[in-house]
Amino acid sequence: MMMTLMGLIEKEELMSSDQIGRTIRQLARQILDHNRGQHGLALVGIRRRGVPLAERLARALWEMQAVKVPVGHLDINLYRDDLSSVATQPIVQSSEIDFPLNRKIVVLVDDVLFTGRTVRAAMDALVDYGRPKAIQLCVLIDRGHRELPIQAHYVGKTVETDAVEMVEVRLREIDRREGVLLVEPAS
Amino acid sequence: MSPEAIAPKSGASTPPTSRGGPVSFNAKHLLGIEPLSVDQIQLILETAKSLREISTRPIKKVPTLRGKTVINLFFEASTRTRTSFEIAAKRLSADAINISTSSSSIVKGETLVDTARNLEAMAPDVIVIRHSSAGAPHQLAGSCTACIVNAGDGAHEHPTQALLDALTILDHKPALNGLRVAIIGDIAHSRVARSNCLLLGKMGARVTVCGPPTLLPEGFERMGAGDGSLAVTDRMDEALEGADVVMMLRIQMERQREAFFPSVREYFRYYGLTARRMTAAKPDAIIMHPGPINRGVEIASEVADGPYSVILGQVASGVAIRMAVLYLVIGGREQPPQAPEG
Repeated sequence: MMMTLMGLIEKEELMSSDQIGRTIRQLARQILDHNRGQHGLALVGIRRRGVPLAERLARALWEMQAVKVPVGHLDINLYRDDLSSVATQPIVQSSEIDFPLNRKIVVLVDDVLFTGRTVRAAMDALVDYGRPKAIQLCVLIDRGHRELPIQAHYVGKTVETDAVEMVEVRLREIDRREGVLLVEPAS
Repeated sequence: MSPEAIAPKSGASTPPTSRGGPVSFNAKHLLGIEPLSVDQIQLILETAKSLREISTRPIKKVPTLRGKTVINLFFEASTRTRTSFEIAAKRLSADAINISTSSSSIVKGETLVDTARNLEAMAPDVIVIRHSSAGAPHQLAGSCTACIVNAGDGAHEHPTQALLDALTILDHKPALNGLRVAIIGDIAHSRVARSNCLLLGKMGARVTVCGPPTLLPEGFERMGAGDGSLAVTDRMDEALEGADVVMMLRIQMERQREAFFPSVREYFRYYGLTARRMTAAKPDAIIMHPGPINRGVEIASEVADGPYSVILGQVASGVAIRMAVLYLVIGGREQPPQAPEG
């Protein structure tokens, strides 16, 4: 066991850098299979770590089938349901979706699916941009504990967790290291 | 100004500071630029940049401040600022109510604090106030529980104007630090000049203010950091020399009765901005004006409508800045600490 800087105890490595790479290729394959024969696929990453994941998925789709898929970035802070109760106000970053969403099959991408509230906010944000033909959800990790009736279409790995535990996804585009860790606050 | 001008969010622990500045705005009111830290100014500017995109969508609305009430309490005539605050509130889904002097009980002799207390009884979340007396917003902040935003108080401050000016400059220049800015006109009566001098000084720009000697307050250079970053001159060519940004101020024609200068034509001859005068500034200098402009008084039409004029860009920046300020002050309220989860 190792202490990290944030006062968290590392309990387990859930995915290595290599495993993340393999999982992304599997997820890209599933997205292709599921939407076979469909036109107008688009990826929208939820800030922050959904964004590099969406970009990696787009690259994988290009390498596999030469399918060019537009990638958008979504900041969901303006759509949160807990703005009046969070202790520190979230910093709003820009959303960048520079292609029309109408009639597109939009795959929302995030690192961890937990309560489902982020995805709820992301869906509300998306429909303010247009009317997609469908919205699908792709996550690297599903850790359970849903508070809303939301499920992902594509899941990299399902992990059984305690509510107090946290799943930390580290990606080299944002963090210096790469990997997925199960951590727990030091008590 | 008093140190409590910017009220800290009591009961909450100091937020962690990341490399990019504070994680939280941590202030309930925006009373002026003077009490703001560089980090707070940067947070407002960054938030405004993010919120800008909303105004380009087909549906220009986000649900962020749904159920919040913003009262625009204007004791002075204003179209641009009041409309800008109203649009900002509405794009964030807040309910905006406008109260102006002519249509309110202020004309019936009610005092400022009594008016505010009555409004408070209707539980607004934010009161945006413009008043001809310096310090009116501070007085409200002391007697109300709502967040107070200063939309101009006498000749004191107009913080959202300085912030929107900074945002506009950053659309054309890479940074505020090191820029040379000329502010020209009626410096003595201008809250825009004061707020801009304070903001630009904090952000490391070098400001020269310029106007007729009768409209230059004595000791104005002391508002700077004391390192010569704020200069004062009554010679326009000196102010324009090498400027990156030229800010023209409105000559308030209603003050002309007080005879601060002999005539409008003479004012234009010595302090009006023309294309010829602009040759002293840097070739890529931008021209700003808080509006409404008096053509042929402080600025020639050829310049106001010319390629280097960013006057309409300022108006667009205004909505984004006011959205950011409303979002941040409402979030800066005292709140029970609770772990966020998504």
